[in-house]
Formats: sequence, C-alpha cells, structure tokens
Amino acid sequence: MPVKAIKDYPLRVADSVDKFHGNIMLFVGWDQHLMFCAPFAWALPPAMRFGDLIEGIFPASFGAHPDFALIDWSKVEWLKSGKPWAPDVNKSLAENGLGHKDCLRFRTPGLCGIKGSGS
Amino acid sequence: MADNVFIAFQTSDESRAIVEAILADNPGTTVDEQPAMVRVIRPGSLTIRRETVEEHMGRDFDLQELQLYLITLTGNIDETDDAFTLAWHN
Amino acid sequence: MDMPTTTKKKLGIKEKYALMTRGLDWETTYQPMDKVFPYAKFEGIKIHDWDKWEDPFRLTMDAYWKYQAEKERKLYAILDAFNQNNGHLGITDARYVNTLKLFLNGISPLEYMAHRGFAHVGRQFPGVGPRVACQMQSLDEMRHAQTQIHSMSNYNRYYNGFHSFPEMLQKVWYMSVPRSFFDDAYTSGPFEFMVAIGFSFEYVLTNLLFVPFVSGAAYNGDMGAMTFGFSAQSDEARHMTLGLECIRFMLEQDPDNIPIVQKWIDKWTWRGIRVLTLVAMMMDYMLPKKVMSWKEAWEIYFEENATALFNDLARYGIKMPDCAKQALIDKEHISHQAWATFYQYSAVSNFHGWLPSSEEMDWLSAKYPDTFDQYYRPRFEHWAKEAAEGRRFYNTTLPQLCQVCQIPMIFTEPTDPTQICYRESEFEGDKYHFCSDHCKNIFDDEPEKYVQAWLPVQQIYQGNCFMPDADPTKPDFNPIEEVLRYYNLQNGRDNMDYVGSEDEANFRAWRQTSTQN
Repeated sequence: MPVKAIKDYPLRVADSVDKFHGNIMLFVGWDQHLMFCAPFAWALPPAMRFGDLIEGIFPASFGAHPDFALIDWSKVEWLKSGKPWAPDVNKSLAENGLGHKDCLRFRTPGLCGIKGSGS
Repeated sequence: MADNVFIAFQTSDESRAIVEAILADNPGTTVDEQPAMVRVIRPGSLTIRRETVEEHMGRDFDLQELQLYLITLTGNIDETDDAFTLAWHN
Repeated sequence: MDMPTTTKKKLGIKEKYALMTRGLDWETTYQPMDKVFPYAKFEGIKIHDWDKWEDPFRLTMDAYWKYQAEKERKLYAILDAFNQNNGHLGITDARYVNTLKLFLNGISPLEYMAHRGFAHVGRQFPGVGPRVACQMQSLDEMRHAQTQIHSMSNYNRYYNGFHSFPEMLQKVWYMSVPRSFFDDAYTSGPFEFMVAIGFSFEYVLTNLLFVPFVSGAAYNGDMGAMTFGFSAQSDEARHMTLGLECIRFMLEQDPDNIPIVQKWIDKWTWRGIRVLTLVAMMMDYMLPKKVMSWKEAWEIYFEENATALFNDLARYGIKMPDCAKQALIDKEHISHQAWATFYQYSAVSNFHGWLPSSEEMDWLSAKYPDTFDQYYRPRFEHWAKEAAEGRRFYNTTLPQLCQVCQIPMIFTEPTDPTQICYRESEFEGDKYHFCSDHCKNIFDDEPEKYVQAWLPVQQIYQGNCFMPDADPTKPDFNPIEEVLRYYNLQNGRDNMDYVGSEDEANFRAWRQTSTQN
C-alpha cells in the first residue's frame, strides 16, 4: 500500500547499490552459532572469488568461535534467502548469482555451537 | 473475574494517607510495595474519595493534587470534585 | 459605606474544564479551514464533533501550572541534596551508571522529540480539547528532557560516556533504534502520532520503562534518577489517559476509523516492543541490585494490563495485536540476546559491557528456568573462560540490521531459540531484511517510507560515517577507529569492558575516600 501523504511521496532508497562505490552488500549468518549475535554484513567487490570470502574474510569475523577451525567446508550446507544453494568457490560473487543485499546462511553439520547449545 | 485496575504512587506521607483511604473505601484492594513506590490493585474498579483522604490526611485535599504523587494507573478515569474512579468497562 | 461583598463560588472541575477548553476557536473566513488544518484529514480518520473530546482528568492550564511548579520544586530539592552529598558514591556499583548513559543518550533526546511532536499535533488538531491536552504534554516532554539532562549532568562530572549525547543520538549505531522509532512516528500524520506515542508508547509501554526500572534506580541508591523518573512518570499518567482518550474518541466518531486505528495499534505495539529490548537488558543485566526480572515486569505491566485494556476496547471491535503472541514467547529471550549483543560490540558502544557474575547467572537461571541455562549460560560461561585467558571477545564485524526496527538481526524464531529469524521482502528490485514477521508486515504496508531508513551499517559501508579529514585510501586507515572518531566516542574510555575501565577504577578509589581519611 502506498504511503498516505499530503503531497507526492518520492522513492528515496538509502542503500541502493549505486551508493557503495562499486561494491555490493552481502549478509552471511552461521546457523546454530549465536555467539555471533547476528549475521554479518560486508561491502564486497562483485568480482571477488567466493573462495576468497571464506578464506580471506571469514576467519577475522567467525574465527573466534571454537567450532570455526573444525569446519569441513566441503560439507557445509548453504542457504540463500532461506533456500538451498550451492556456490562455486572458484567463481566470483557475481558469477555465483550474488547481488546487492543478498543474504546467505551456512550450516555446519555436527557442529552445533558451544556445548551443543546453538551458541 | 473482572480485570484489575491499578494505581501507583511515590511513597510519601501524603500517598500513605491516600492508600489508607483507598483501602477503607474499596474492599478487596491489595497493596504491592516496591522500592520507592506503592501500587494498589483491585478487580474491576477503584475509587478515591476526597472526604476519606481528608480524614486520613488531616487536612483539605483537592483530588487534582493526586497529580503530584501519581506514578501510573490503568483503567478508564472518571474524576469529579469528590471522587476519582478507575474502572474497566467490560 | 459598606463594601459590597461578592462571594465568588468556586467552579467545580467539570465547569472549569468546559470554560477553559471550549469556545476558544472560530471558523476562519479568509482561508478555508482545510488549509488552516492541512493535516487533519489525509490519514482517513473521520471526526464529526470535536467537542465530544473530554480529558478525563479535566486538567486546565491554571491547575497545570500550579501542580507542575510544585513537582519542579520537589524535584530540584532532591537533586540539590543528592548532588551536595556526593550521592553518586552511594549507588550500589558504578556498573549501574551505564544504565544512565543509555538513558541520557537514547531516551532523554526522545523526550525532546516528543515535545516537538506534541507541539506539532497540538497545532494540527482542529479541536480545542485535544489541542489543550497536547500543549500540556508538549510542555511536560520538554520538562522531562530538561530535568533528565540536568539530573545526569552531575554524573557527567565524574563518569565517561555522558559527554556528547545529542551528537551520539544522530551517529552511534544502536542509537538509530530509538531515534528511528520517533522519526517514524513524527513523520506520520497527527492521528497516527497520537496512536504511536500517546497510546502505544505512553499507555502500553512506558510503564515498563519508568516504573520497574526507576524503582530499580531507587533500589540501587540513585536518588537522582529516581526523582526525575518518578517526577516524569507523574506526568505520564496524564499522557496515558490522553492516548487512551484519543483512541476512544476516534473509535466513537466513525466506524470507518476502526480498521485504521487497529492497523496503527498493531504496528506501534510492535515498534514499541522492539525498542523495549534495551530496557529488558537494563533490568536483567545492568542493575547491580535487581528489583524484578524483565519477564516479571512484562507479565505485570504488559500482559495483565494489556489484556484488561484490550478487553475494554473489544466493545469497539478492537483486538489485541497479533504481535502480543510473539512477545509472550520473546519475554524469555530478549534481555539475554540484547546483553550478549552489547557485550560483544562494547568496543564500539558508548557505555561499558561486562559479564554477569556467577551469582547473577544463578539469579537469571532462577528467573528464566526454561531458557537461561539451556541457551544463554553456555555463551556467557564460554566468554568468561576466554576473558580469564586474556581473550575478551570483541566482535568487530558489522552486523546485519532489520530494515524496520534497525536492531541487529539478533532475534530468534518464535519456534526455535537456536535459529536466527530471517525475513525478506523485495521492493522495486531491491531486497530488504527483517527480524520478524511483524517488522516485515510494517515494511510491506509502507515500503516507500522504510526504504529511506538510515541504517548505520549501510551508512558506514557507504563511507558516510567518517570525519571529513579521514582518508580511506591511506594504507594505515583503521575504519573502526575512524568511525569512533566520527561518533566522538573516546576510544578506551567510553567503550570496552567495565572491568579495567576508568569508571571502575575511579569509583573504587572515590568510594574508599568517602569512608576514610
């Protein structure tokens, strides 16, 4: 439903992709690891290799969790917008079909957080 | 059972007299004392009568003076010169 | 000569109210009334007779000045005594002071926004009754902002984190939560503003902020906060009444108003519930001496109270908002989720984080037997172990935020406390993310409004949260330090853990000197 207003109500998107200097925003959450209170947000070049996200960006953000070192990345299950999804680590974010403000989740079977609490 | 109405005051000599007046006029009222405040609760409705407050306070009392001690309340308010009533209409 | 004696009969409050709130208006002739009150109709609310509006307190301006002046005299007598006696050294523990930092930064500026909001809607309502009531509330809200700032200025002399609250409200990441709440209300029409602030915030929710929390301030020895809190709250009883009266008035004026009012009640109850997440953690984690748990406060002041209220409104066809069902589940979780968030992001916050002690964790276990030990204790105990080994956990990656409430996406599925709740909508080719069904519904109803959200994380990544002299192309550019500089946050003093902070050391030293020579 459109906003009720006394005059025209222009569309002003505060975080459209053109405002990110060539980057796209990407959100990634690690299921059942709520020690990280929320999914993370990054602004990344769309030409970045997906594998570089895992190898270059994730350790600084997720590495503090004791489960992180135990992850077998070949067994990780990915979800994009809540639906199963399979990335190609050697292709870029864009080639993997990732666009501005896409939201990924990953699950690590067998690793269920601190003392299995989902933390 | 009717839903509760409540009213809460800062603790003070004046509010002590007001609470005593409420208890005298409203059988079935319960008092919940919390740090620095007191909350009185009653099913359905609760009335503060000016005359009863004056008896307990030992001086004239204008019901609008309640504004000074009030913290919070629930229910629909009906205020006249002689009585201040909180009630749910259900 | 005898003086003529006239004994003027004192007017009763009903007569006085009628005299001072009716017949003060006129029908304009040079301009149509619709141009004089341009905001009165666009929201779709139909009013046929403004004189049906009645303030149940029947407060008139003369009585208002009289009682407000009395309240101010009482308030300042206590504040002066508190300050003259170094009252800040009588509080339980300086951890408590962090609740005041949150209060001053996140709540007091909203009082000022409420002042502006009620001045605005007071001008825009065509009826005199609500205009008088809104004028009083507008003055009250200004008083609240002033007395809170005044009262807490005493803490600013001794503790970190109080120094730049107006600036921080505009800049610091989590401040966008309370700020956007008020901006949302303020940019709606006058009737929606009344439902948002007058009804949902004042009637349904302020009880949780001012009553148990302020009682907690008293319990922790803070006479200053207790006195401004209760002094403000004595006005709130009148504000709540105004909010409820406004709802009833709209519902009685025209049946077409009912669905519009219901939609606003649904929206604003949820918006308020989300903002109260901050209060939940203040109650459960930040008060060294605890009055009651967040859950208990919620049960008394929301569940019992709101049930009675919505039973009462049922005769107009108004229903309890659906979001209350989720809130019933969330009351077991939100304080823990929020405190875990501020603990890990305390490097970028303007107050300190800390871990609950083992005694405090036992208190939380007792108060939250169904959730704390299972879902939250392992997290805090793990962090305690890490901290003891010199690895205090600071999260330095920015979180994803909800587009509507602007809180990081920390909330879990109502059906699964181990799973973050993800919701998504697409609008005009862009994706938007939400923490809950209710925030998503609010967006979907007015997407053009919420795509404008100034989300701090997005703004940082756009480069809008650095000082003009910052140069992101320099090799030694440290984005976090630069963002803190933009916030005017004194890195190493205002932020980080309470343990090892200047506040902790000073309080310990001062307290000792207050009892010894």
